[in-house]
Amino acid sequence: MTNAILQTQNLERAQDFLLKPAGIGASELSEVMGRMLGHQVDYADLYFQYSRQESWSLEEGQVKSGNRHIEQGVGVRAISGEKTGFAYSDEIQMPALLDAATAARAIARSGREQTAAMVARGGNTLSLYEPADPLGSLEDTAKVALLERVEREARRLDPRVKQVMASLGGSQETILVMRSDGVMAADVRPLVRLNVTVIVEQDGRREHGSAGGGGRTDYGYFLTEDRALSYAREAVRQALVNLEASPAPAGTMQVVLGPGWPGILLHEAIGHGLEGDFNRKGTSAFAGRLGEKIAADQCTVVDDGTLPGRRGSLNVDDEGTPTQNTVLIERGILRGYIQDRMNARLMGMAPTGNGRRESYAHLPMPRMTNTYMLAGDRVPEEIIGSVKKGLYAVNFGGGQVDITSGKFVFSASEAYLIENGRVGRPVRGATLIGSGPDVLKRVAMVGNDLALDTGVGTCGKDGQSVPVGVGQPTLRIDGLTVGGTEE
Amino acid sequence: MVATTAMAKDDSVLLDLAEQALDLARGNGATAAEVNAGLGHGLSVTVRKGEVETVEHNRDKSLAVTVFFGERSGSASTSDFRPEALAEAVQAACTIARYTAADPYSGLADPAHLARTIPDLDLYHPWALDVDAAIDLAQRCEAAAFATDARIRNSEGATVTTHEGVDLYATSHGFRGLTKTTRHGVSCAVLGEDQSGAMQRDYDYAAVRDARDLPDVGVIGAGAARRAARRLGARQIKTCQVPVLYEAQVARTLLSHLVSAISGPSLYRRSSFLLDSVDTPLFPSWVHIYEDPHRRKAMGSAPFDDEGVETKRRDLVEGGILRRYCLDSYAARKLGLVTTGNAGGVHNLMVAPGPEDLAGLLREMGRGLLVTELIGFGINGVTGDYSRGAAGFWVEGGEIAYPVEEITIASNLRDMYKGLVAVGRDVDYRHNSCTGSWLIDRMTVAGA
Repeated sequence: MTNAILQTQNLERAQDFLLKPAGIGASELSEVMGRMLGHQVDYADLYFQYSRQESWSLEEGQVKSGNRHIEQGVGVRAISGEKTGFAYSDEIQMPALLDAATAARAIARSGREQTAAMVARGGNTLSLYEPADPLGSLEDTAKVALLERVEREARRLDPRVKQVMASLGGSQETILVMRSDGVMAADVRPLVRLNVTVIVEQDGRREHGSAGGGGRTDYGYFLTEDRALSYAREAVRQALVNLEASPAPAGTMQVVLGPGWPGILLHEAIGHGLEGDFNRKGTSAFAGRLGEKIAADQCTVVDDGTLPGRRGSLNVDDEGTPTQNTVLIERGILRGYIQDRMNARLMGMAPTGNGRRESYAHLPMPRMTNTYMLAGDRVPEEIIGSVKKGLYAVNFGGGQVDITSGKFVFSASEAYLIENGRVGRPVRGATLIGSGPDVLKRVAMVGNDLALDTGVGTCGKDGQSVPVGVGQPTLRIDGLTVGGTEE
Repeated sequence: MVATTAMAKDDSVLLDLAEQALDLARGNGATAAEVNAGLGHGLSVTVRKGEVETVEHNRDKSLAVTVFFGERSGSASTSDFRPEALAEAVQAACTIARYTAADPYSGLADPAHLARTIPDLDLYHPWALDVDAAIDLAQRCEAAAFATDARIRNSEGATVTTHEGVDLYATSHGFRGLTKTTRHGVSCAVLGEDQSGAMQRDYDYAAVRDARDLPDVGVIGAGAARRAARRLGARQIKTCQVPVLYEAQVARTLLSHLVSAISGPSLYRRSSFLLDSVDTPLFPSWVHIYEDPHRRKAMGSAPFDDEGVETKRRDLVEGGILRRYCLDSYAARKLGLVTTGNAGGVHNLMVAPGPEDLAGLLREMGRGLLVTELIGFGINGVTGDYSRGAAGFWVEGGEIAYPVEEITIASNLRDMYKGLVAVGRDVDYRHNSCTGSWLIDRMTVAGA
């Protein structure tokens, strides 16, 4: 399918689906916009959304529960300078839309209604995924059977596996954005995810391991290349490693991070601090530092919403801006911020396709898509071999950052000691803490093994969750504080 | 079964919807069903550097239905209340129930445990707050922050929110429970900057059921400013093992780890570090932790739990000994126990306060770490291993010496509970879990 056809199809589909049933056409949209656009409102948008999602979960060998959720509504936003008025309705109907518009425009005190008709035109979008419907892509019996197979595989691998929890989730979201500059954009977004957690037990000691993946596709993804079963194997492997783990060290040391999901380092240490809102307001530790050297020469970091099928990718963001590959750090120099339209305009910069929102009931903000560091030229074995004594961390749970002080954490769930250039005994999970503006200066070696995560990331900001991706090659960082218990 | 007063429009909308959903479920052949529905609305206004930043008008609407076909179940939810959407949701739940496995432990709560009367817990106090009044309060709150300390130079803003809602839980075995609640809040987050240009952020807030119980907004702004300013000049300390004092608002997190470890799913999945620990000593013998679900106007109060089971004041830890788990009906049946009225969680979990305030606990600690902020998720619920990012203050001679950052604190939750030395009387009532500060005998602090 060509890009142009897909775009038109998405826009038509979204209009048919979201607007037509309520009899909302071009003149109705103009009327709603006109209610907001006076001389003090410099931007307004309408965000229509319909989403269906489901989840199935297995424990104790059986799929005992399933859930289906349907959500629809429209968010109405009016911006005047740095002020935002926002209202929403779960009824996509003209009276509700006009009410919401009236509430939103109250932000600009002396607005005068605009009567000039607005001509809507289709904006540019990408075509990174098909408008698939994951929920219908597999019979319900097959969804249940898939989870049961994952469970059996995990139990088959090792008798120490005592519990298996597995879940399968899918959603399809149809969105349509109408902006006051006349641009109308739509997207149909599929998303699937499968997760496995196992509990293993040996001599009274218990541990767990988790794995999963997904992306903007349908459930067929898990049936190809043995993916679903590979998650089961990975979860069991991790859990068994952790059964053998001894207490983690405490203190500042050399740390080698594995490729892929450990890229959560970049998401926390760098990504959030480069979001436009924090920088416009001067609340980020990175504010006013564009052009400065903030990382080692080997470090180039991008936020790329254009990777086909990836969990963090979008054809257009939630403000109708096509996503792009934005260079954040180029060979150690801070080059760019992550922008939505409002913050870009107030900072005199271009939007970067990062205006995202959890739903119609939330305001858009600058948010990451897929954030990763480009590959370097070192062989991973050489990187590990260069460390006399340190930590090798290959899997992580969540992370968090204090934007203002720049201090960030991320928690290792699988880690090993490195002794004399060799990977040694596994150690228990520990939180790693560092300083965002400083940590990439300590990158001493960058591997040639760039990998992206398997599609499990969810980022929270101001109470809003959005799916994201991360990635990196193997990295050696000379000085991260490891929060174990052994002095 | 249940008497409610002053049936407003929202109440009858929800009751009608629930009847329809239950009828639809029955019509589809369900042997039992339950409905959770809610309607709410609110206003949130943020002011930053004296100017209005956002005005948000919120409206929430949700309906969730779970259907049972014998021992099989399915659930669905929708924010769309039109009859066709409701029918679609119930249909979806019924379809799911066709594919899920039979589970002999599933089903509604035993009628014997349901709340028979619904006490008025004084949780509903609508605040007729208009946008202009909210802006004025937020401006005064933030202005107080800037006026408190010259080093406060930037702000994330002050926010004033009000929300009111009505929730209904209804079942095919006749339970109808309506609760009307309000929540109002004022919060302020500001940034301090020192001579070197290094910045620190902190915040303060109030959360209440009745706006008349809010402190003066200036107190909240000033609190935020003091908290941010005192962090300026923070540094890393050397790795060490010392006593750690958790300020009340972070001590609360240690309670939530406890609740999570003794909750049904963690137990029947055998994924908890506190398996088989009822009637065993978890804490020193003076520790008393209890639920007080009917405290008037409290943030965590509820007359019944998420499946209609009566809530009541009950001990959780008494004499340092864990007296019970936190169970809903499903987990209770699986474990061969009785529900503890904890479907959906705990309600006003309280730690009996000790005699000392925070200053007294600092003196008791002498030399160690006062933790005022935690970041990250480094808790392993299966093993109890604990490792989190922290910020706070180094304490020498019972007094704060200087601010500390970029450190982690680590131990195992079992050891931390056993090593609890004292609980303060500086109780933080802004949450569902209320405690004073906690002094822990020893943890590993990782730093430089």
